[in-house]
Amino acid sequence: MWKCFSTTSRCFSTSTSNKALKWWDHVAPAPKDPITSVTEAFLADTSPTKINLGVGAYRDDEGKPVVLQCVREAEAKIAGCDFLESVSSAVSSKLVEESVKLVYGKDSDIIKEGRFAGVQALSGTGACRLFAEFQRRFYPESQIYMTDPTWSNHHNIWRDAIVPERTFHYYHRDSKGLDFSALLDDVKNAPDGSFFLLHPCAHNPTGVDPTEEQWREISYLFKVKNHFPFFDMAYQGFASGDLDRDARSIHIFVEDGNVIGCAQSFAKNMGLYGHRVGCLNVLCNDAEQAVAIKSQLQLIARAMYSSPPVHGILLVSGILCDPNMKALWVKEVKAMANRIQSLRTTLQKSLEHLSSPLNWEHITNQVGMFCFSGLTPEQVDRLLREFHIYMTLDGRMSMAGVTTGNVSYLANAIHEVTKFG
Amino acid sequence: MAGFGKAMACREHVRIRLGTRFMSSSSSSWWQSVEPAPKDPILGVTEAFLADPSPDKVNVGVGAYRDDNGKPVVLQCVREAERRIAGNLNMEYLPMGGSVKMVEETLKLAYGEHSEFIKDKRIAAVQSLSGTGACRLFADFQKRFSPASQIYIPDPTWANHHNIWRDAQVPQRTYHYYHPETKGLDFSALMDDIKNAPNGSFFLLHACAHNPTGVDPSEEQWREISHQFRVKGHFAFFDMAYQGFASGDPDRDAKSIRIFLQDGHHIGISQSYAKNMGLYGQRVGCLSVLCEDEKQAVAVKSQLQQLARPMYSNPPVHGALVVSTILGDPELKKLWLKEVKVMADRIIGMRTMLRENLDKLGSPLSWKHITDQIGMFCYSGMTPEQVDRLTKEFHIYMTRNGRIRFALNHEYRTLTSTPAWQASIPAMLDIWQMLSTRSRGLPRLIAEAKPQIVEEVILI
Repeated sequence: MWKCFSTTSRCFSTSTSNKALKWWDHVAPAPKDPITSVTEAFLADTSPTKINLGVGAYRDDEGKPVVLQCVREAEAKIAGCDFLESVSSAVSSKLVEESVKLVYGKDSDIIKEGRFAGVQALSGTGACRLFAEFQRRFYPESQIYMTDPTWSNHHNIWRDAIVPERTFHYYHRDSKGLDFSALLDDVKNAPDGSFFLLHPCAHNPTGVDPTEEQWREISYLFKVKNHFPFFDMAYQGFASGDLDRDARSIHIFVEDGNVIGCAQSFAKNMGLYGHRVGCLNVLCNDAEQAVAIKSQLQLIARAMYSSPPVHGILLVSGILCDPNMKALWVKEVKAMANRIQSLRTTLQKSLEHLSSPLNWEHITNQVGMFCFSGLTPEQVDRLLREFHIYMTLDGRMSMAGVTTGNVSYLANAIHEVTKFG
Repeated sequence: MAGFGKAMACREHVRIRLGTRFMSSSSSSWWQSVEPAPKDPILGVTEAFLADPSPDKVNVGVGAYRDDNGKPVVLQCVREAERRIAGNLNMEYLPMGGSVKMVEETLKLAYGEHSEFIKDKRIAAVQSLSGTGACRLFADFQKRFSPASQIYIPDPTWANHHNIWRDAQVPQRTYHYYHPETKGLDFSALMDDIKNAPNGSFFLLHACAHNPTGVDPSEEQWREISHQFRVKGHFAFFDMAYQGFASGDPDRDAKSIRIFLQDGHHIGISQSYAKNMGLYGQRVGCLSVLCEDEKQAVAVKSQLQQLARPMYSNPPVHGALVVSTILGDPELKKLWLKEVKVMADRIIGMRTMLRENLDKLGSPLSWKHITDQIGMFCYSGMTPEQVDRLTKEFHIYMTRNGRIRFALNHEYRTLTSTPAWQASIPAMLDIWQMLSTRSRGLPRLIAEAKPQIVEEVILI
């Protein structure tokens, strides 16, 4: 297909040049991402009744993406700003500090004493990947224990960082709640000093969180076993509507003397999805160790993308560093969480009203953005083909995609595919 | 490569064995073995510069364009684009491969506005986190699909290239590039290295405005390199971070790439808008891989996305929107091309002025390399010790390989208005000596020259 511009004076080995053209013959198409492919299919669907319950992105009651008021105001402030180069380290440090306050509490000694290594990251994905690379670099023999199930991309992240994975019991398929005793057994049986990936709140995909009492037991066990807990906090604010309360599990672990790491994302709770803003922090002994660890994290980032994109950083910084903006944000997070909560109730009631033979309590027991519906792949497929309702094959529904306008349609559809058990 | 080896040694860490040796109560032992990382040779310069309280300080380190007042430049076309998109309240995730529009426009810059490869959909391309991100994605892709391969990197090259391929676990080798005596291209040694590399080797090439040396092959030399690549069946990966900055004409700056394309090579390209659109902090770039056909391009693109997903999921939206707003509007695009030319011309102007001043001095030496070298940087030939001295004593910051970003008017004014200036002349003379290959007559010439010429000449 391509033209060959060879001149007569050039002669070269035909077999070599032919071989050279076959660089990527062996490259097969990659499997579709189980989450993003749902959105792709949804976008291609022309049905007027289609509903996207795939990706965990918040929608308003009209099913539209939401830009928070605090973000609008932050945008207005930075318009025309000269910050096109890498963010100054002063702004950067301030932002990291404000982010980390969300994790440990604003009056935490950890922050006062500088006992954390914190860097901005490319949202939650980037924060997890930085940690996974750091884990392999400094604990090359270690593995990572992940909940069964977990966000699909967690597997990709630790795999590409070349850290072997194992799963530990988490979700109880029959009760659609926490398989607590099996979880504790797995924690006990893991070799001392194992790395665990925990969701501090609003577990993705199940929406099942341990109770405070259960977290205390887990934390205690971690201390006994000297395990390392790495928290991926992508939905702070979405579980209870209260940012501080959603970080409770982390506080418990820290109070017990566990040394932790934490990935944060501002994608969902600030609606900054496309801006890729997040934070990674690792607890340290002292400020000196924090400097060392931070420098190593930055080294990893340098060879990946050099520095994080500045626009999102300025937005988050503008919000978190201004008490009024921050207060507005806190209110808006609560409103988002409340809307999801009320739709959960409505959906559950609708299904009961339809005299569904199944128990739908888990819809309101589960918290955060997702409902792990218990629908089988076949039922999910039927929902797609017959009703143009999109969710991931594991039956995970993003409740943010449910509206007062579509909840009846959704309930009817679910009832249709499940009424015979 | 000694510096690189040292950096590797610094980063060696003690492995802590878990299990029986581990105590359950001491939670502080987790990261005891973590040493501070060595400072990045380029970014570390700016950090040190910012921390320096001296009023006389000058930063000729990082490759970031400055105007005559030393301020970062925000291009007019970028301001206008930002104005248009302000209040744009789409914060949704981009697809994993990034902004389709941005990528389309970006490919045109590299492959040509009417490239048949674009029409035939033979290019697998994704938005990347600027040039670093594009190189890293390619390095990871190379590791995954040519696991036995290594990468040949020019000597010298941008420091971060070494980090990128190392972290991607692709072994590196260097090939001859810069000739310290001529301060130009070591063309015969380069060709030898190309010939001696095993058939089908991967090479990293700088498309234009080589960083750090400013030395580019001529068009004829590129043709010979391309021919030899055909003979050997090598793979050419171009890092094009300065398109537009070399000659002021983006098409001309892509000539090396166009030559390779004409010769039928299936190349890879990393493109960055950090410098030529001044979008440093927004991290906008593009990685492309030319494939045999559309089907292969689809497969390769899906694999590139597969690599991006566990790194950052999808690329940042804002910078991409700025780029596609500019390149998608003929008027804005024209404005951008004008502004790029202004930036490039300013640098070319400084080089010319410097060379003319040197010639005016009646120097018996050849300063041709100052105008022969291209782009933002001058490779001075200073030793790390001399650089350290400049920094410690005179608060002049640059990377320890002696790479200097071309100083502009304001920096001359700053430096010459300070008391430290007089004190610095002897040090400058030392350095001057190093810059020349035949130094005997030079110190006398400098001492006799008029002060203002001395100021301008020395400050490179």
